[in-house]
Amino acid sequence: MAGAAGVLLLGFGWEGYKAAAPDDGLVLGGVRVLPRTTDAAMPHLWDLAASAGEPVSSAAGAPPLWLVTLRGAGSSLVLATAGWVCGVLVGLLLAVVMARLARARAVLLPWVVLSQVVPLIAVAPLVARPDSADGQPWVPVVAIASYLAFFPVSIGALRGFTAPDDDRGGLYVDLFRSFGVGWWSGFWRLRLPASVPYLLPALRLAAANAVAGTIVAEVYTGLPGGLGRLIVDFGASAAADPARQWSPLLGAILVGLATTLVLAGAATGLRRYRPGEAR
Amino acid sequence: MSRGASEDLEPDANPGGGPAVAPDVGQAAVPDAGPDTSPLPEAPAAVEVRGATREFPADAGSTSALAGVDLAVGEGELVSLIGPSGCGKSTLLRLIADLDTPTSGTVAVFGKTPAQARADQDYGIVFQEAGLLPWRSVQANVELPMQLHGEPAVTRRTRAQSLLALVGLADFAGHRPHQLSGGMQQRVAIARALARSPRLLLMDEPFGALDELTRERMQTELLNLRAATGAAVVFVTHSIQEAVYLSDRVVVLSPRPGRVVDTVEVALGDPAERAQSGGALRGDRAFFELTSAVREALHASGRATATT
Ligand SMILES: Nc1ncnc2c1ncn2[C@@H]1O[C@H](COP(=O)(O)OP(=O)(O)OP(=O)(O)O)[C@@H](O)[C@H]1O
Ligand SMILES: [Mg+2]
Repeated sequence: MAGAAGVLLLGFGWEGYKAAAPDDGLVLGGVRVLPRTTDAAMPHLWDLAASAGEPVSSAAGAPPLWLVTLRGAGSSLVLATAGWVCGVLVGLLLAVVMARLARARAVLLPWVVLSQVVPLIAVAPLVARPDSADGQPWVPVVAIASYLAFFPVSIGALRGFTAPDDDRGGLYVDLFRSFGVGWWSGFWRLRLPASVPYLLPALRLAAANAVAGTIVAEVYTGLPGGLGRLIVDFGASAAADPARQWSPLLGAILVGLATTLVLAGAATGLRRYRPGEAR
Repeated sequence: MSRGASEDLEPDANPGGGPAVAPDVGQAAVPDAGPDTSPLPEAPAAVEVRGATREFPADAGSTSALAGVDLAVGEGELVSLIGPSGCGKSTLLRLIADLDTPTSGTVAVFGKTPAQARADQDYGIVFQEAGLLPWRSVQANVELPMQLHGEPAVTRRTRAQSLLALVGLADFAGHRPHQLSGGMQQRVAIARALARSPRLLLMDEPFGALDELTRERMQTELLNLRAATGAAVVFVTHSIQEAVYLSDRVVVLSPRPGRVVDTVEVALGDPAERAQSGGALRGDRAFFELTSAVREALHASGRATATT
């Protein structure tokens, strides 16, 4: 309900702004503070809708734009999911190692943080050399998506796995020690369940990163089929059909919605482990 | 799995199942487990602490928490530790539990090292906070230690249910901890500590966060539990009344660094008798004299330290 209202409001905002603001936007001291409202920059919503129904090319039997976008979104979603899964696994593994061994934490944590300081634009050419013919073309895309996804998971999971150390002055850790069982028993029965409140937001962040990473990598490698490729293709023909450029954006929003829904479902399934519900 | 006398406790020892006290819980099951049962000469004491010292190194000098503490707790005996805040009561309990190690001196639990006793699950521990896992049901919390040690599900379930009955929470097995009052949560923590049938129970101000009325009820329940299980108890408290009501012996510690300054023997009958006389006992002349003796010892220790 609220979601539908939000979409409607966004639509009114778009058209309202387009009607009210001057064609050239607002320029103050040489800086454009409000965007242009020309049909090229901000097409009418009905133009967007109309263009969605048109075939993407003049070739006979060319599919309509909406179908191409939907397929692109599906393709990107698959790659983003693969990247997310890899990233989550790597992130969890790193977090377990860092939680288990203080020395490993001291060594690994700086590198984990450093990995994200390097801009993606510098990493992409190393992972995805467009000229390399070996291997599957989607591998670099998944690799880049997981590279962006593992980070929040490793940090969030580490925070979660070590949360019992500080919780109530280490009461739970003392308790498990008194039970006389090893670290792994404590991990499965205490640290892992206790990490859920930290893990869920980390998984959401990882999903957002994986989607963004996938699309950027698709743009970079020009991998056919995904939203990234549509951005490239439609950008090239922007002058002819400005409305089309907006469709990959809407596709990306669709992908984001899908991941959000799935993770919201997971959060509901795990609500017993979340403090609001539990304490 | 034939360690504790509590193995014998009847699942329906508290048929009512309500939180009310069942005065003669499990008494028949363990006829000779009273505190007066002197330990057999060859049996090692439940706890034997000799010259235990604990210093916490700090940037500026070091904090001495314990300075040469001697303590002996016999099988089935309940000994209270009382002393001013910060005198090292919790530290001493943690040494016995192998949650911490002494800087010097020795600790033996049933004649073993504390580490061995912990590995053998010879003790159960209860802290001031119940420390229940919020995502587990009450019953699953009691089952936790048994689950961690790979006991079969059926055994776990029956034992957890009989323990919950023993602490008067049979009807709350399916509840979650946050649905329980503080006193009920602490009862669950006690049931959990008893899950592995320990012969020793370590309790660090277990009733410290409870209101006076609940506290007195819990004290009586603890007496009944002792009668039922025959476990030795080391009980840390700030309350003189509580110490006297529960204990066979009250050990008074000096202000930091803690050392034993006095020991008050409490001869008020066995736990079951005390539980039955309940409120009446607290009004007794003998009870009053014992609390005065403990109070006097506490004040004397404070003065002694102040002047030295
Ligand atoms: N982990 C620690 N690191 C440094 N100092 C500590 C640590 N634990 C305890 N201490 C110090 O040791 C002393 C004894 O602490 P302890 O908790 O045993 O006192 P206590 O008798 O249990 O006090 P209370 O009655 O308030 O619970 C205190 O001065 C405390 O500051
Ligand atoms: Mg304490």
